[in-house]
Amino acid sequence: MLDFVQQLVSGVALGCVYGLIALGFVLVYKATEVVNFAQGDLMMLGGFFAFTFIGMMGLNYWVGFAGAVAAMALFGMVAERVVVRPILGYPQFSIIMATIGLGYFLRSIAGMIWGTDDLKIETPFSQGVLRVGSLVLAHDKLSVIAATVILCTLLWLFFNKTTLGTAMRASSENMLAAYYMGIPVKRVVSIVWAISAAVATCAGVLLAPITFIHSNVGLALGLKAFPAAVLGGFGSIPGAVVGGVLIGVIESMAGFYLAEGWKDVAPYIVLLAVLLLKPEGLFGLHVRKKV
Amino acid sequence: MDAAVTPDIILKLSNIESYYGPIMAIRGISLEVPRGRIVTLLGANGAGKTTVLKTISGILDPQKGAIEFMGRPIQRMEADRIVRLGLSHVPEGREVFPFLSVRENLMMGAYPRRDRDGVAEDIERVYGYFPRLKERINQPAGQLSGGEQQMLAIGRALMNRPTLLLLDEPSLGLSPILVKEIFTIIRRVNEEQGMSILLVEQNAKVALETAHYGYVLEIGRIVMNDSCDRLMHSQDIQEFYLGAKEAGARGERRWKKKKTWR
Repeated sequence: MLDFVQQLVSGVALGCVYGLIALGFVLVYKATEVVNFAQGDLMMLGGFFAFTFIGMMGLNYWVGFAGAVAAMALFGMVAERVVVRPILGYPQFSIIMATIGLGYFLRSIAGMIWGTDDLKIETPFSQGVLRVGSLVLAHDKLSVIAATVILCTLLWLFFNKTTLGTAMRASSENMLAAYYMGIPVKRVVSIVWAISAAVATCAGVLLAPITFIHSNVGLALGLKAFPAAVLGGFGSIPGAVVGGVLIGVIESMAGFYLAEGWKDVAPYIVLLAVLLLKPEGLFGLHVRKKV
Repeated sequence: MDAAVTPDIILKLSNIESYYGPIMAIRGISLEVPRGRIVTLLGANGAGKTTVLKTISGILDPQKGAIEFMGRPIQRMEADRIVRLGLSHVPEGREVFPFLSVRENLMMGAYPRRDRDGVAEDIERVYGYFPRLKERINQPAGQLSGGEQQMLAIGRALMNRPTLLLLDEPSLGLSPILVKEIFTIIRRVNEEQGMSILLVEQNAKVALETAHYGYVLEIGRIVMNDSCDRLMHSQDIQEFYLGAKEAGARGERRWKKKKTWR
């Protein structure tokens, strides 16, 4: 039982990271119908920025964290402006290739700047543990879960209670009508990219004490976060987080209770099963396009 | 146009040409909307009515010609800036935000505005025009009936407190009773707020009854323009748009007539 809870907590923590990356996928997809395959690499870059601010420049953890988030938000806007906007309106295929290319580019650049070693950030959560009876929970994992809950609450408030957030939902539902309302759609799209890069950075920094930062961390996690987004029903924000947590828990349970090798396969088996039974995903809207 | 009315021009199109890709949809159109008037643009399917409105509101850029809104050139300006100048567009097919509530849809109409009190006042005014929207204030717009969605689309455009309202086929797919109801409101908005309106319609009868002045569009050109009273009594309009005479070999007749109009 103790093992089960232990595995559950670390699964949820890992799943939260998947969920946050998946959230970035979903935000960008909802706003522009673009699938950004470089989402995981934005997370990786965010982690390196944080390492630069905290590990190399010696800034306070929170200051460095905020700096990395701000820098990456700006980077997300620039990436949208330079890579995606010029080919918007062309076939999906070209845009997907462009984001895959962006991912390769970021990984190579990160390798050149920060090298290929695993880097570590000292965080206030790196060492401590929480003991509840005989249960031992590491602070780094709990911090990921807490931060995800806080971030999701903030995003929910932003999208539902502010005019700009409502305008973002409006633009994603009907972009043409948003133009008719005088909503500056292009600026809204930039802000969506900024938010998704910022969320990815939070995931990267929170993950740093658990898996370290290296230039391929984004690719590996992006490949897990993508099924999380699909599982939740691509296009649903709560679905992305729930999908992420599910994938994380399944992976962690499979790694503990099943034989070697199941760990990486199990999430995909569940994904395939869900897609067979409920093709729109767990939280997807039941809208089927008639061809 | 009546000489007695001071022609204070809100909107002026001069020789506008617009393309859909390589196809020339608008072939040199000039028209005017005077202050406080309802002007209608009539025409059959594919005549280019919607394209004219899209060109005015900046969704399409004209290849040639000039558009002046309150004396200011607006051709090739970004669509959201044109809205900010006080020109709102109710698109064909309503185009509400389906998952946003009725209230949120209306608030999006007021997106460019920063005066909270004025917005609150206007939302009440819209509920006054369309009491049914108030009953459904928290429902997602996608759940409304077609007529209610049309009301919402018009109400949403009014939230911008526009000087000029572009209406694209407000009667589309509505029952005769609803059409009557919506056009009564359109007239009220025009009379009570002095709002200028450019109305595109296929339902020529109701459009001519509502508007003051009309233009007839055929295949991208204006072939006729006059006050609505006179248009209603013109023989061509009666034949082609009000169905006073059976169509017969209409293709030939139409082309013949058109030549005399040019």
